Amino acid sequence: MRPTDRHYLSSHEWIKISGDNAVIGITDFAVEELSSGNEGDLVYCDLPEVGRNLEESETFGEIESVKAVSDLNTPLPGEVVEINSAIEDHLEILSDDPWDRGWLIKIRLADKDTSKLLDAAAYEETLASHS
Amino acid sequence: MKQTPLHDVHVALGAKMVEFGGWHMPVSYASILAEARCVRERAGLFDLGHMGRISVTGADCLAYLDSICTNYIARIPSGSIRYTLICKEDGNPIDDLLVYRGDDEVYLVVNASNTAAVLEWMQARTGSFAVTLDHRTERETMIALQGPLALEILGAMTTDCDLAKLGYYKFTFGTVCGRENTRISRTGYTGENGFELYFENAEATDIWQALLEAGSGAGVQPIGLGARDTLRLEAGMPLFGHEIDAEHNPVEADLGFALSFAEEKGDWVGKQALLDVRAKPQRALIGFTTAGKRVPRQGYKIFQGEREVGEVASGAVSPTLHQNIGTAYLPLDLANEGNKLEMDIRGKRQGVTLHSLPFYSRTRK
Repeated sequence: MRPTDRHYLSSHEWIKISGDNAVIGITDFAVEELSSGNEGDLVYCDLPEVGRNLEESETFGEIESVKAVSDLNTPLPGEVVEINSAIEDHLEILSDDPWDRGWLIKIRLADKDTSKLLDAAAYEETLASHS
Repeated sequence: MKQTPLHDVHVALGAKMVEFGGWHMPVSYASILAEARCVRERAGLFDLGHMGRISVTGADCLAYLDSICTNYIARIPSGSIRYTLICKEDGNPIDDLLVYRGDDEVYLVVNASNTAAVLEWMQARTGSFAVTLDHRTERETMIALQGPLALEILGAMTTDCDLAKLGYYKFTFGTVCGRENTRISRTGYTGENGFELYFENAEATDIWQALLEAGSGAGVQPIGLGARDTLRLEAGMPLFGHEIDAEHNPVEADLGFALSFAEEKGDWVGKQALLDVRAKPQRALIGFTTAGKRVPRQGYKIFQGEREVGEVASGAVSPTLHQNIGTAYLPLDLANEGNKLEMDIRGKRQGVTLHSLPFYSRTRK
């Protein structure tokens, strides 16, 4: 079971809300799909500028592996207040710990309505249809 | 989706399986980059059962093939292999293929995604030629062992022929892992020394396992289609659907070595169109390296300042060159080694430096 303290998108982003802020990352499944289980196959991650306002579902960055490029989408709208700049040069962090140290951005939430998001159980159901 | 006789072996090895040309194939077993390095440094085993194979026989076999192929088939010595294309009247290819010239048979190896189209095209052009086409893809299979250790490993498993004496782009028949009459060619799509083997479907698993076991001590691994694409691009070999397709002809792709305009070959489909292109080419295929982290991908546009000048045909992370590489079609006046241009990656620019093909040569390092 994936962490139950957060919400998910079927495009494999997670969001963990605490107070007015939220941290956003991607799931272990996303990392595995991109890198085939090999951290060296991740090549690039592009994160937004601090201060950028993200609309609902907006693409805030890109992550790229040897095989493919994927958009990074925000589960909820808000203003980017911090980015995990360590990721851009150390993509292996994503393979090691996508749930905590591998966070991507922190936003100040413009909307806390999680009703359109998936909980961990619902996210895992979407994964079952992949395999 | 079709499956090769080794399908379940790949699944059991934990391969990531994808659809490719109508087949369910392994794209990688672990890391694509590690697999590419394995082939350059040691050797790797490939399931190529998806490749289309067609045997052509009959009294008019050579004349028939010379009427539809770009290369001069009748002039290939028996036991030799040549690269050729089959083109439409407009000179653009339907496919590129290898031609194995036997004593009384010519054996064709075509791309998986084009096999049906090639067969249909060939059948429609038999006319009054006395030829028989035998589609073997689903009865026989094909694997490859590629890399510096390939000769040593396969040689030890092969009796009744000396693979060390089998020249590049030559083939023979020998006993491999106890299977008699296995077609063995010194060919490949990696730029390494290596072999391709053809045998009955029922023998696939045994031969695959025997070769993997024989090479495991030396670090031989199974290699997926992802690394195969990286290796062929490093070696400057074209891939149908990228460097050549219905809109990219073999003259501009610099495949002149596979085109014969010799009078004795007679007329062939696409000849006049390709003579016209040769007299006045519009663009050229060239390689490039890029210093940035981002990977060139098919369809990215190439710019000179604000002017769009071309498009990426293929791209990859090159573990051999330690940088990202690609191929692109560019106007003739720009397609020069060392020229610096820019690639647009989803709205961002990354510099590219043109590099003549190939990026990697085993014999010319």
